[in-house]
Amino acid sequence: MEHFIELRDICKSYGEQIAVSNANLQLKKGEVFSLLGPSGCGKTTLLRILGGFQYPDSGRVIVNGQDITNLPANKRPINTVFQNYALFPNMTVWDNIAFGLRVAKKTKKEVGLEVERMLELIDMQAHARKKPSEISGGQKQRVAIARALVNKPQLLLLDEPLAALDLKLRQRMLVELDNIHDEVGITFLYVTHDQGEAMSLSDRIAVMDNGRIEQIGSPVEIYEAPKSSFVAAFIGDTNFMSGQVSEIIDKEYCRLDLEDFGEVIAWKDKPIQKGEHVDITIRPEKFRLLRQKPKPTEKQNALPGVVEDIIYLGAQTKYWVRVGDIRVSVQQQHGRFMLDENPITWDEKVWVCWHANDGYMLQRFAEEDANMLSIPPEEDNTEDEAEV
Amino acid sequence: MKQKSKSYIEWLLTLPSFGWLAFFFIVPTIIVFAIAFKPAGVNGGIGEGWTLESIRNLIQPSYPEIIFRTLWISLVTTAACMFLSTPVAYWLALQPAKRRQWLTLLIILPFWTNFLIRIFAWKTLLHAEGWLKHLLVAVGLVHPDTILLYNSGAILVVLIYTYLPFAILPIYAAAEKFDFSLMDAALDLGSSRLRAFVQVFIPGIKMGLFTALMVVLIPALGSYAIPDIVGGASSEMIGNKIAQRTFVDRNLPHASALSACLALAVLLPMIISILTKDSRLMKKGGGKKV
Repeated sequence: MEHFIELRDICKSYGEQIAVSNANLQLKKGEVFSLLGPSGCGKTTLLRILGGFQYPDSGRVIVNGQDITNLPANKRPINTVFQNYALFPNMTVWDNIAFGLRVAKKTKKEVGLEVERMLELIDMQAHARKKPSEISGGQKQRVAIARALVNKPQLLLLDEPLAALDLKLRQRMLVELDNIHDEVGITFLYVTHDQGEAMSLSDRIAVMDNGRIEQIGSPVEIYEAPKSSFVAAFIGDTNFMSGQVSEIIDKEYCRLDLEDFGEVIAWKDKPIQKGEHVDITIRPEKFRLLRQKPKPTEKQNALPGVVEDIIYLGAQTKYWVRVGDIRVSVQQQHGRFMLDENPITWDEKVWVCWHANDGYMLQRFAEEDANMLSIPPEEDNTEDEAEV
Repeated sequence: MKQKSKSYIEWLLTLPSFGWLAFFFIVPTIIVFAIAFKPAGVNGGIGEGWTLESIRNLIQPSYPEIIFRTLWISLVTTAACMFLSTPVAYWLALQPAKRRQWLTLLIILPFWTNFLIRIFAWKTLLHAEGWLKHLLVAVGLVHPDTILLYNSGAILVVLIYTYLPFAILPIYAAAEKFDFSLMDAALDLGSSRLRAFVQVFIPGIKMGLFTALMVVLIPALGSYAIPDIVGGASSEMIGNKIAQRTFVDRNLPHASALSACLALAVLLPMIISILTKDSRLMKKGGGKKV
């Protein structure tokens, strides 16, 4: 099947600064696709190239088989929901939504019908005659969406649409966006730096860093099988370990000798050979903490450690456990009434357990990505004493 | 308590400028209005008692023409200044911050040269033997016999030249605060650049346009030096008439009556526009309560 929207080898730089290098994207009709990455990763540049506000230095933009690379914004079948809504302050809600229809020279009757239909979709009929300054942030957001959808674009671009809203409202708008998407069925391209928004809304996500697309996949793929240390560290929290392959057990499993950590069994996520260097990522919630050493089973890992830090988060608790020379971040869900339990406390000796399948071998690893992790700084007592 | 003392200080700080305005603007204006109702003194001063003579004298056959000329020259000047300034302000606001500083400096650069010297410079430019005239004749834009100086056209050119920076600055100040993502939004919805400019940018800077209107129209109506230097006997404006009544005829009540007319012509539309704006605001507030 031909891809509905395609970005081919897009490059864009501002002077010396490379904003996007060799980006390739294919969007399917009707899907919600997210561009996710930290600020300055090039996601907004890609969005502006799609919208026609900027032109790429090289590469092509193709919509529905038609090359629109050189079409200006006002000739594209693409509409945008801007980050700060960009509602026209001198016009009422009604006139804002009608703007695109009037530009398209629709008859008065058509304009009236379409605007009313949109007002109903966003449930704003009661506020049609108000100016943007008289409605709330969430309402502005909905008007901006309606205004962008009224011309029935092939693609709707959403540029950090929830960034200006508070947390509770953001979650409600996420559900609402999902409902609107189900109703209109238009392809959405959603740009955000918030991994939670991207995960909960998208069919697929492209994670970007430094102008490059690091990985494209479904939210589950991105979370469970990150290709690079950047993706693993940017989405959620994780632990990185490196070492050598010490033994190939069978087609599926191998034994790893991890530096400063210990010997573990791991699933072979990629073809590897004995003696090869590997970097693996293990999510904090994959670990279990036990007081007694578990009965050794074939695919289970269990290493002894000491609890150094605990943060109680209500639904979960985070632990930092020293295993060998490494501080491992562990997250445990509370299944039962906490007060009845005998919780693990500071300095307690525990066994850190996980299944061999729960680690994932990275294709690319960069040391600095570990800085994004939530490992607290180690308290170094010797240095303090030296200063005194 | 703290809030109270703060507002007290704010009030105290506005007092000097408010006092200045009251003493040197409001009081003299009232005096000018009052003198219009005094008889002229024999020696050029102000006589005893009250009279409507000066007001009656305003109905002179030469005045309608002068008033009409003053109005059209001022209005054309204002329109031209606003029309020329708006694209400049739009362009300026889109420049990088550093370049913008240099460009605004260039706009206020003429102020470093004395106002009168700049008008005299125009006189030499437009003069029959001036090089601008020679240039225009050489290019073929102007017939050698055309007179560029001492007419309404010369006044218009110099007025526009003089007041253009005063129009650019407030419009630019408004344009700088304008959210240009609104232009992107308009283009995104299929609008042409011109349509976005007219329907989104212009309404967005209307306070700047209003200020520019006031800052150009009011001084243009009262122009005296420019028509005096580059205008001729057939292109007098009200300002010249007031000066003539004051310095040549030494008829202060008559000059005051003329000034009062001019002041009312400026003040009345302003007061009306502010009042209607207020009532619109009141209506809006009332509507909200319902």
